[in-house]
Amino acid sequence: MCLAIPGKVTEVYEDRGLRMGRIDFAGTIRKACLAQVPEACVGDYVLVHVGFALSVVEPEEAERTYRLLQELEMLDELHSPERPT
Amino acid sequence: MRYVDEYREGPLAAKVLAEIRRTTTRPWTLMEVCGGQTHSIVKHGIDRLLPPEIELMHGPGCPVCVTPLEQIDKAHAIAAHPGVIFTSFGDMLRVPGSHTDLFRLRAEGADVRVVYAPLDAVTLAQANPDREVVFFAIGFETTAPANALAVSRAKVLGVKNFSVLVSQVLVPPAITAVLQSPGNRVRGILGPGHVCTVMGYREYEPIAARYRVPIVITGFEPVDLLDGVLRTVRRLEAGEAGVDNQYSRVVRRDGNSAARRLMWSVFEVCDRKWRGIGAIPKSGLRLRWELQEFDAERRFDVGAMETREPEACISGQILRGLKKPHDCPAFGGACTPEHPLGATMVSAEGACAAYYAYGRRQEGVAR
Repeated sequence: MCLAIPGKVTEVYEDRGLRMGRIDFAGTIRKACLAQVPEACVGDYVLVHVGFALSVVEPEEAERTYRLLQELEMLDELHSPERPT
Repeated sequence: MRYVDEYREGPLAAKVLAEIRRTTTRPWTLMEVCGGQTHSIVKHGIDRLLPPEIELMHGPGCPVCVTPLEQIDKAHAIAAHPGVIFTSFGDMLRVPGSHTDLFRLRAEGADVRVVYAPLDAVTLAQANPDREVVFFAIGFETTAPANALAVSRAKVLGVKNFSVLVSQVLVPPAITAVLQSPGNRVRGILGPGHVCTVMGYREYEPIAARYRVPIVITGFEPVDLLDGVLRTVRRLEAGEAGVDNQYSRVVRRDGNSAARRLMWSVFEVCDRKWRGIGAIPKSGLRLRWELQEFDAERRFDVGAMETREPEACISGQILRGLKKPHDCPAFGGACTPEHPLGATMVSAEGACAAYYAYGRRQEGVAR
């Protein structure tokens, strides 16, 4: 129910005073309300839930989380205490 | 899809899993709060990949599941009114009330329509000025701003034939209820990522401090969930409480203040009953007094409802993290997604429905 999906803003427009956008979700275009993410511009990724943009995706933060995980060492199973599988 | 696919990479998941195994020295019970997280965990088999010391209990964060029977019965009474177009998110349609469900009402001639966005229901009302359009405004804090937007748009555009049946709930009071529950075994929490895009996570800090639990705001993809588990276990092993943000690509500590302003301009906090759990003080939202013209309960005067809940169902204990679906004798037999008995089987995100859908019917208590 709280499903929200990141998509790319391809167009920003106004509908009778409401800031709206067309969002590209890997090829599927849907409109979403952008009024509560005033900083979102064309080319940004926004997180959309039931036609409403909740948040702008921060590329630096995404990169940081991803890099931290990439930097984890693969466990050498031979040196770990034995565990049931 | 960018920002999704990279959090589904097998080799990356394997790395995080290895780190979880290396970090874990003792048994820990964690709870993921959100139904979307439960669905993802069961779908990807994440609970089975974790070391045996780590148990995941499934939390109360499925709004379809916890919508109380009274509100569902009211929805059915309103939908059956002649001249009404009743609109709802798709997952509410097969939720059984005391007597019927929206699918059955539609088959019997009621005009029940699924909308993708609450705003679509306002557009529908404008296109049908001679009909009454009612929207079933359910959800957690994630959905509250979008639902609020529909009401505020109807007000601004002067749409008189639009109203909402509100059943909005809030996560922090439910987490508190879980942690206070007698017999609680939950020692760490994977917090609701999308709720926190709106609310931020300041309000979770006093909960973490008071109950001495780590709360890690977590995303929904497999690697996000594993990272959430890793961060929670690291804190538990170090004896630390506190709040950590795994989902920092979309969640800020202060959330989205513009979305919250919109939400509080339409809704105010109230006591709410949760299906399977009971009444929780200050755990829901209702329309503000000055917007009561949009309240479907007033407009249709449905009154109080007498409800009947099946006795066999243990969903209340499942929602509070005390039991698992296969602890229930009715699970998969008398109770299935086609004929659900209670809260956690009614929505695809409910723990029982997820276990049923992904072949966990015969699991027993192996894990």
